[in-house]
Amino acid sequence: MLRKIRLTFALIFFFLILLLFLDFTGTVHAWMGWLAKIQFMPAVLALNLVVVAILLALTLIFGRLYCSVICPLGVFQDIAAWFGKKARKNRYSYSPAISWLRYGILGIFIVALVAGAGSLAALLEPYSSFGRIASNLFSPVYSAINNFLAFLAERADSYAFYKTDIWIKSIPTFAIAVATFTIIVVLAWRNGRTYCNTICPVGTILGFFARFSWFKPVMESSRCVNCKACEKNCKASAIDVATHTIDYSRCVACMDCIQKCNKGAISYTHKTKEKEKPAADGKSGDINRNRRSFLTATALLATTATVTAQEKKVDGGLAIIEKKKIPERSTPIVPPGALGLGNFTQHCTACQLCVSVCPNGVLRPSAGLMTLMQPEMSYERGYCRPECVKCSEVCPAGAIRPITVAEKSSIQIGHAVWVKENCIPLTDGENCGNCARHCPAGAIAMIPSDPSDNNSIRIPAINVEKCIGCGTCENLCPARPLSAIYVEGHEIHRTI
Amino acid sequence: MKKSNYISRRNFLKRLGAGATTITAAAAVSACGSKSDKISASASTKREIPLDKMTYRTNHNNSDRVSILGYGCMRWPMIPNPSGHGEIVNQESVNRLIDFALEHGVNYFDTSPAYCQGYSEGATGEALSRYPREKYFIATKLSNFAPSTWSREGSIKMYHNSFKELRVDVIDYYLLHSIGNGGIETFNRRYVENGMIDYLMKEREAGRIRNLGFSFHGTKEVFDQVLAMHEQVHWDFVQIQLNYVDWRHASGANVNADYLYAELTKRNIPAIVMEPLLGGRLSNVPEHIMMRLKQQRPDESVASWAFRFAGSHENVLTVLSGMTYMEHLQDNLLTYSPLVPLNEQDYIFLEETAQLMLQYPTIPCNDCKYCMPCPYGIDIPGVLLHYNKCVNEGNVSRSSQDENYRKARRAFLIGYDRSVPRLRQADHCIGCAQCNEHCPQSIDIPAEMQRINNFVEQLKQQTL
Repeated sequence: MLRKIRLTFALIFFFLILLLFLDFTGTVHAWMGWLAKIQFMPAVLALNLVVVAILLALTLIFGRLYCSVICPLGVFQDIAAWFGKKARKNRYSYSPAISWLRYGILGIFIVALVAGAGSLAALLEPYSSFGRIASNLFSPVYSAINNFLAFLAERADSYAFYKTDIWIKSIPTFAIAVATFTIIVVLAWRNGRTYCNTICPVGTILGFFARFSWFKPVMESSRCVNCKACEKNCKASAIDVATHTIDYSRCVACMDCIQKCNKGAISYTHKTKEKEKPAADGKSGDINRNRRSFLTATALLATTATVTAQEKKVDGGLAIIEKKKIPERSTPIVPPGALGLGNFTQHCTACQLCVSVCPNGVLRPSAGLMTLMQPEMSYERGYCRPECVKCSEVCPAGAIRPITVAEKSSIQIGHAVWVKENCIPLTDGENCGNCARHCPAGAIAMIPSDPSDNNSIRIPAINVEKCIGCGTCENLCPARPLSAIYVEGHEIHRTI
Repeated sequence: MKKSNYISRRNFLKRLGAGATTITAAAAVSACGSKSDKISASASTKREIPLDKMTYRTNHNNSDRVSILGYGCMRWPMIPNPSGHGEIVNQESVNRLIDFALEHGVNYFDTSPAYCQGYSEGATGEALSRYPREKYFIATKLSNFAPSTWSREGSIKMYHNSFKELRVDVIDYYLLHSIGNGGIETFNRRYVENGMIDYLMKEREAGRIRNLGFSFHGTKEVFDQVLAMHEQVHWDFVQIQLNYVDWRHASGANVNADYLYAELTKRNIPAIVMEPLLGGRLSNVPEHIMMRLKQQRPDESVASWAFRFAGSHENVLTVLSGMTYMEHLQDNLLTYSPLVPLNEQDYIFLEETAQLMLQYPTIPCNDCKYCMPCPYGIDIPGVLLHYNKCVNEGNVSRSSQDENYRKARRAFLIGYDRSVPRLRQADHCIGCAQCNEHCPQSIDIPAEMQRINNFVEQLKQQTL
């Protein structure tokens, strides 16, 4: 019974959280966004003390229920392990805890957080790992199915589905997601919760508290016949039948053993025993934002094929549109609500949730070493649209604070820079002004290119005081492959 | 809003699951590059198409017996180029269409070196060359729009190339293409200053051109001025835009067709009609206009009204229709085999219909693609046609308080992304206005692009 309740909740939580990463329409987030906010590390990074306190209290009462129900990576491993169990029954056995590894990794994790190496922390952190897998591997599949339905809907003259873009947002992050997926699935298939009990820093922290939990599975030596059914089915390898003990720091309260024991020797109940005192965990610190990009982001782009206004001789046809290249930005751009690069890198868990929900193809994981997998913005596929604040709504870690559309219109996340050599009025001699026409902040004016001639062809003049860095100009600039106007990020966002 | 989307999505899934929806994936065919599913001119009742009932008109200049239905070769079906980028004419379909047309009495084929990205002449020539030369009349044009072809050498080269492409020694009807665009200055530059008019008159004397004329889109002044040259040049025919809307309600700077037609009749110059259907806009009409036309003649297609109108004028030699699909051809053959001329009541009825149609603020784009390719990649007709479709279907909201605002907004925005790729949408128009001089309907394209984009922004930002 207890196992069934656990299973039911676990699956509901898992699929709803998964849906957060898959749904690109923004429908699910409105109702289920809180599921990301109750994840342990995001709550810690967001300094959401209420959630942290509740999660710790939950653990002190029920054991590591968090790992069995709330953590999507935990449930994901259970699903992989379930297939493993189908392949071979009774596959687990007791093994002692590898404490030096657990605490060693927790130590590295805390040091990484304090030192501002968010990318290293994100490699170890379970929610980030799940987000990485979901947004890089599951989301494209979901989108492909959606696109197929949109294809059918279009033919049925229905507007129920619309097509969405599928693209690899960052090759390093995609590769890391594939590696994470492979490692987690293999570990779970073979040995159940190995990751949770040797690597996962959250598992280590909660395991520390779980030892003192009020309810826990208790073994009654008098009833036990030493059949080892429980031990062989404990995915946490936490039951030692030889000594009739359970390692509660590793037990994830899955209730499988209770179900397996047909002698009724294990029950989920209160048991008095030894005590210890809790330790504090560290967070926050100075941020070192050294951007040493180890992969140039321009890698994906096609070779040049000039498309300067060819003479029109025949009717019809479409000019070839060259892909835009990502300009070299000296300061990365992060979304409005992030307050600035410092605050952003400090809080971001690199869970990819904002990347998954960005409807404009703006957010993608960074390739910089210190900020690896943490999102940054670029405008060659779309721009940060004035009516959209999706990323700020979903961010569970406080890296992107919630903002309103009105607030967004006055947050300066960067400023536009004009690149004279690419500007169409000067290269093609055609009147343009597309940047000025579309600037939502009205920060671009068109001025004569020849100061002495008021009627000379006009070029943009940027009022950096009014510019908010949304990238409309960069995206809609007709110059290709590099725009004649691009956005430089601001280290600290300002409100104008 | 969000919630209701989610529900409709689930419903759709459910229906799919239950297998209740049957979806027919239509083969992707496009007309000269566009997704042209807009014209569905087929008659709703099944009738035999007679082989020998076509109405013919006689050209009083030389007693050519021309079928009242002329084949416009501007909208041949296109298929993706097997070599990668772009499209080519679907020659197999063209052959089939031309076979069917000739078999049912069509004998006038109108093309141009510019049509279908330059492939039209070759494709038409290939299909027609399988028949004896006396079976058909061929019309083509001096389409020297690009400044690099304004020179005498450039123009003559284009003229000679037409013979090669069409595989003929004589061109029956040769037109100065689209007079009026760019005013009289452009006319002078393209035909007078380079001596091309004199050259072509000599060619006519030599018998390589049997009839010399021009096609016209533009203002009254240019028309009058060019027509006044009749004394010296002797225009054998003139091609004009004529249909029941343009008869008295020409859009933009264009001239009402009743004036053009009267001027030609006065001078006894045969008229050839183009745009009888306004690129399908007189076939794909708002619902209540369709009902109105159907109520009068339930067995006839909506398009048949437009063709009967154009053909009913006695001085019309032939009515050109750019028939992309077999169904268009068959429907038009039914209408003209034989033509049943309009009576007095019919004329009044169509004038009333025209006035009703004017209440729909569509953009007068006939999808001729003269504006294309846009050097900055915009799909101009794609954007305009999507807008017109939404106007006709009532999906252009005036305010967010409109009853069907949410549905209309979704249809407009999703349909926009479906019909035009994002990079080719109106927001990428830089306003260089290179297209404007090419538009026969004198649409101010950059202005329309900006207007449509402002509307899209209002929908996206929900500020309507």
